[in-house]
Amino acid sequence: MNITVAAVALVAGIYVWWLAVRRLTTKPWEAQGTYDGRDTAQMAGPAAARIGLWVFLAVATSFFALFITAYLMRMNPEAVKGVDLRDWRPVADPAILWVTTALLVAGSCGMQLASWALRRGDFQRARAGMLAGGLFAIAFLAGQWLAWRQLQAAGYYAAGNPANAFFYVLTGLHGLHLLGGLFVWGRAASRMYQGSTAGDSTRLSVELCTVYWHYLLLVWLVLFGLLLIT
Amino acid sequence: MSYVAIADQHAHMHDPQTFLTRYVWSQDHKVIAIQYMVTAMAIGLVAIGLSMMMRLQLGFPDTFHFINPANYHQFVTMHGMIMVVYLLTALFLGGFGNYLIPLMCGARDMVFPYLNMVSYWVYLLAVLVLVASFFVPGGSTGAGWTLYPPQAILTGTPGAGWGIILMLVSLAFFIVGFTMGGLNYVVTVLQARTRGMTLMRMPLSVWGIFMATILALLAFPALLVSAIMMALDNQLGTSFFMPAIMSLGEQTGHKGGSPLLFQHLFWFFGHPEVYIVALPAFGIVSDLISVHARRHIFGYRMMVWAIVAIGVLSFVVWAHHMYVSGMNPYFGFFFATTTLIIAIPTALKVYNWVLTLWRGDVHLTVPMLFAIGFVFTFINGGLTGLFLGNVTVDVPLSDTYFVIAHFHMVMGVSPVLVVCGAIYHWYPKMTGRMTSEVLGKLHFWLTFVGTYAIFLPMHYLGILGLPRRYYEMGDTYFLPDSVQSMNAAISVAALFVAASQLIFLFNLAWSLKHGKPADGNPWRATTLEWQTPETPPRHGNWGPELPVVYRWAYEFGAPGHKEDFVPQNEAPDGRVPATHGQASHG
Repeated sequence: MNITVAAVALVAGIYVWWLAVRRLTTKPWEAQGTYDGRDTAQMAGPAAARIGLWVFLAVATSFFALFITAYLMRMNPEAVKGVDLRDWRPVADPAILWVTTALLVAGSCGMQLASWALRRGDFQRARAGMLAGGLFAIAFLAGQWLAWRQLQAAGYYAAGNPANAFFYVLTGLHGLHLLGGLFVWGRAASRMYQGSTAGDSTRLSVELCTVYWHYLLLVWLVLFGLLLIT
Repeated sequence: MSYVAIADQHAHMHDPQTFLTRYVWSQDHKVIAIQYMVTAMAIGLVAIGLSMMMRLQLGFPDTFHFINPANYHQFVTMHGMIMVVYLLTALFLGGFGNYLIPLMCGARDMVFPYLNMVSYWVYLLAVLVLVASFFVPGGSTGAGWTLYPPQAILTGTPGAGWGIILMLVSLAFFIVGFTMGGLNYVVTVLQARTRGMTLMRMPLSVWGIFMATILALLAFPALLVSAIMMALDNQLGTSFFMPAIMSLGEQTGHKGGSPLLFQHLFWFFGHPEVYIVALPAFGIVSDLISVHARRHIFGYRMMVWAIVAIGVLSFVVWAHHMYVSGMNPYFGFFFATTTLIIAIPTALKVYNWVLTLWRGDVHLTVPMLFAIGFVFTFINGGLTGLFLGNVTVDVPLSDTYFVIAHFHMVMGVSPVLVVCGAIYHWYPKMTGRMTSEVLGKLHFWLTFVGTYAIFLPMHYLGILGLPRRYYEMGDTYFLPDSVQSMNAAISVAALFVAASQLIFLFNLAWSLKHGKPADGNPWRATTLEWQTPETPPRHGNWGPELPVVYRWAYEFGAPGHKEDFVPQNEAPDGRVPATHGQASHG
């Protein structure tokens, strides 16, 4: 659980620091009148959606961190009465994972290019970047599926060993998160292909998808690293 | 002034047109709140019914032949799970969170109304899946609310076929639904507060709900992780949690899994869950005490810091539920220390409640009775927590009735008292009518005295060594015969308390039509939800303009004012806000 505790402590630390900055120390019974707007709502719309996404990423981080903790704890069980309980036999990671990793990096780059292009007002490029970001992500998922098939063919069944089971679970849940992202991506991309300019909601979708793509790339790099070294 | 009134896009509120969009597929936070409350209370009634079955069996063994060991364990399991997750969590966060956050912060609605609506419907789906598990072959799971493997998925356990899977699926739905709602609560507090509503001017109810939501968002994933892995152990035959084990004389296919890993994951969720239920109760009770004692809350800043500190600390105490699990003994020392540290901010809150009452102008209204009842009960439950938090004391008391008595006092009765008090308090705002005070007081005294008649003797039974979760004791050399008499007395008390909840429900239903009409601010409270132009507030809450906040939420008895309280939205020059004090009924 130590990794989880560290992750939660980090989140909590950031949160407390942020609260302190927000003047948790003011004495509300002394101050009257409105403040100058610094501490009040700028409200809904894009800002809320952005913060909403970051809060969701915190939830997802807790989710993946707990899985990684479970992975490490299951891998190295404490000896009970001197009996060694280790039964972990590492998976021979399919080489295709390197390809899928490259695909995911490409997807992230595509989304980032789309974001930059939109900020410059270059709608054509934004559309191309957006398309590339989504298609590379779909290709990544297809590659993960192939990796599963190869493992099955090589006899690494989920019930066979905890290492196999964790491999399927971690890659599967990461893929599910990406599928959820692709749902949002699909709606934004279809809007971009119907119109010739980007409205506010499309801009926001592109921006949020980019953040989400980077986040899932980061999660995948951590998971992939974990699968490689263990 | 940099303030941009994006908050005030009244034109974009999509006022509901038909009955269906107004009351069923509603995106209005107040309707969703009431949907959450009604659903949670309905499933809560089922859980009360289950506990009555348990009490019938324990009080009068060999009398009721429709209760056998298998369904006794199913009752135990479902009672616990429903009360903790589907009633209290949903009621405090989905119910009161939804109702109070936008109104108290001065927002027109949650920031993501559509997501908020979906959150409720997914919660309802979770409840329905849970209820469905009563009717599948083998019935619901009987693994105990902690669902410990290996027994949770072994064939000898009741509901090992369908029951456990439906339980896990239902929990997964609940967590997904809650995450949608939780995003709303957090972002609304952060982003949708009206002008002048700084964090340190928020009522403590909002603080409690806000912090509890953050805990829930970070802790529920642990339950989801363990549910996923357990479902895979069950369905695919993996060995995350399942060791090599014989079941009904046959070797299962599992080997090498770690039941202890499940316990760590479960309690990493399970302990914050205690505070997910407790923090909203803390916050709400602070507001009830302040309003009904006509006095500012004592030590507002300390109360806020204590809420934050409890929230952070609650993540590092989980293994005090596992002293007897066989984990490394040095862990026990660490977790006993953190457990005792968390008593500091908690005790601080208790002192501040008592000091708020001290020399206050205490009005013993129904909500105030429940609030004071909470402080009593929480102190009692908290004191036994000091016993159980220490490893050496916990080991002999573990899995006895002492534990049952402790956690029912501290996270069963206490939060339920707050729920009742809060419903009596805000009912006039939700419906425009007062509840019956006579029935309310009757309900309070029966519930308060009754729960003590149930749970105080259980401490004694626990010290005698009566183990929990046993269908019947039979002849036991270390238990005197009087234990059975006491169990019978507890059962009678429990039946009375359960029956007295009918008074509560009757009161709520009767007052809906026949209650005394309430004006907009019957308790003469300062917070924004009492200053709405209409009662009950309409869609959009505030009429054409959002309120502006000039002061904190606890301005009582300030000199130079006509009344003994000053609403948060009254300007320093004494200008009465245009919306204040008006009421409309019907």
